[in-house]
Amino acid sequence: MNYLEFEKPLAEIEGKAEELRALARQNEEMDVEKEAAALDRKAADLLKDLYKDLSAWRKCQVARHPDRPHCKDYIDALFTEYTPLAGDRNFADDHAVMGGLARLDDRPVMVIGHEKGNDTKSRIERNFGMARPEGYRKAIRLMEMADKFNIPVITLVDTPGAFPGKGAEERGQSEAIARSTQKCLEIGVPLISVIIGEGGSGGAVAFATANKVAMLEHSVYSVISPEGCASILWKDAEKMREAAEALRLTAQDLQKLGVIDRIIKEPLGGAQRDSKTAIDNVGQTITALLAELSEQDRTALIQNRRKKFLQMGTKGLAA
Amino acid sequence: MNWITNYVRPTINSLFSRRDVPENLWTKCDECGTMLFHRELSDNLNVCTNCGHHMAITPRARFHSLFDGGIFTEVAVPAPLADPLHFRDQKKYPDRMKAALKSTGEAEAMLVAEGEMGRTPIVAAAQDFSFMGGSMGMYVGNAIIAAAERAVALGRPLILFSAAGGARMQEGILSLMQMPRTTVAVEMLKEAGLPYIVVLTHPTTGGVTASYAMLGDVHIAEPNALICFAGPRVIEQTIREKLPEGFQRAEYLLDHGMLDRVTPRTEMRDELITITRMLMGLTPAVKGDLPAPQDAPAVEPPPADAP
Ligand SMILES: [Zn+2]
Repeated sequence: MNYLEFEKPLAEIEGKAEELRALARQNEEMDVEKEAAALDRKAADLLKDLYKDLSAWRKCQVARHPDRPHCKDYIDALFTEYTPLAGDRNFADDHAVMGGLARLDDRPVMVIGHEKGNDTKSRIERNFGMARPEGYRKAIRLMEMADKFNIPVITLVDTPGAFPGKGAEERGQSEAIARSTQKCLEIGVPLISVIIGEGGSGGAVAFATANKVAMLEHSVYSVISPEGCASILWKDAEKMREAAEALRLTAQDLQKLGVIDRIIKEPLGGAQRDSKTAIDNVGQTITALLAELSEQDRTALIQNRRKKFLQMGTKGLAA
Repeated sequence: MNWITNYVRPTINSLFSRRDVPENLWTKCDECGTMLFHRELSDNLNVCTNCGHHMAITPRARFHSLFDGGIFTEVAVPAPLADPLHFRDQKKYPDRMKAALKSTGEAEAMLVAEGEMGRTPIVAAAQDFSFMGGSMGMYVGNAIIAAAERAVALGRPLILFSAAGGARMQEGILSLMQMPRTTVAVEMLKEAGLPYIVVLTHPTTGGVTASYAMLGDVHIAEPNALICFAGPRVIEQTIREKLPEGFQRAEYLLDHGMLDRVTPRTEMRDELITITRMLMGLTPAVKGDLPAPQDAPAVEPPPADAP
């Protein structure tokens, strides 16, 4: 279990309970269960308290939690017959972006998402979920295929942002992102996007220009990272707490602004404490949204998607 | 220069006097250090007459040279909600807006106009880097949508001059949402079969490059313009190596296939006329500094709060 900085008091209590139980396992005469159970209750209360009203900066930390379920976990658990389709037919296959055909309750879908990796090796292979142009161009190719065969598209967004690298720039990172957003607006099939962790700037928009956008309760979606914003506007990267607050990047604020359509509940203590529940909740939401959108024909799907974005932001926080 | 330079321009120049005529009659070129007389510099569209360095130019000054006789009509942009997030960093967002308004004399970071360019009817939009770094917020999004809608209504091409440091952070996610919103505007032009030409000027970066600035039918950049998604400093910090000379500059992007052309500002108008007339199926161009069209629209632009 990895604890976040603000969870330290919790780590102490849970650690103590664990220690007691370990002692009792070594010494059969000891009866620690009563004491340990009291610690468990204390820990449960504290957990509830900590997560009752998470600040924007704490949400950023939870959204980036290494134990949080990632794209691959969702794909493995929610879909059957997942068949990865690789490459942009141009330069390379970007491992920061997963994508392929799969079935959701037997229905064929195209699933596309950023994958961050879950250990040092896979994190490097996945480039920490930061896609290069090839990742966006693979997504464009898969969206086109889905459109051609009338298959709904589901995107899972979890990226700190598009990769800021030399090669990525030379191969047209901007153009790739712009074209991916454009493709999202052109396809005549349902497009559902779920922000499962970090929705980092343009790298997220390129997948999330969707008919319906849902967000996990503690995920974040922002134009810039709080650290980046703080260093530019406050001239001090340490002001990330203030920046996170000001940017209104939480699912709750984004729903008020009319930018997202739905918030998906996370288990107490965040998705990282109970991946299965979080994944199940995401699955139920996708199924429900897909059912809603299935009533619309191609033209309606395209027109409604555009209208939604054209109207976005006109009401501010009162939306 | 022909008669129109002396006849029409001086009267129009009065409109720009506050911004374009500095107290100091001389401007030093940041590139070669030459002292340039302001009149000579503005006649050369803020391009150094010694070394060809392209300095910033305001949307109004650009339109003045772009449209026949310097005549254009502003296209009204629906005003967005002010300060939608109640954003405050070291300063309040409305205070930053007030300061930008005061220093530029403009309402926001984009100007949209319609008129004729070499007798070719067009709609044009130009981003104003001097207004909060040209940053893309709700207003810029609304301006691009208004420009596209106007172009579609009139059946004209849209020429967009980009210049921005990226998205306007003070509008948070709503600035990010201008990426899809402006892309919808590009789709309107595409479906109407109308040319969309992007002129990328220094600098065009971040979310602006990653949306409407890279979706043109034709991409033309001004020489040496910085055009990128991630800025060179961010990249150097990430990859920890020195970047090559000219990295992310217009000529570099041309070499890497991201642009159609790199064209000096002083030749831009003729080139735009040539290209748009061919794309619109019109006869070859009448070039040069033309007088205003006969049915000239009002010289005075409508007030900023006009409907
Ligand atoms: Zn010079």
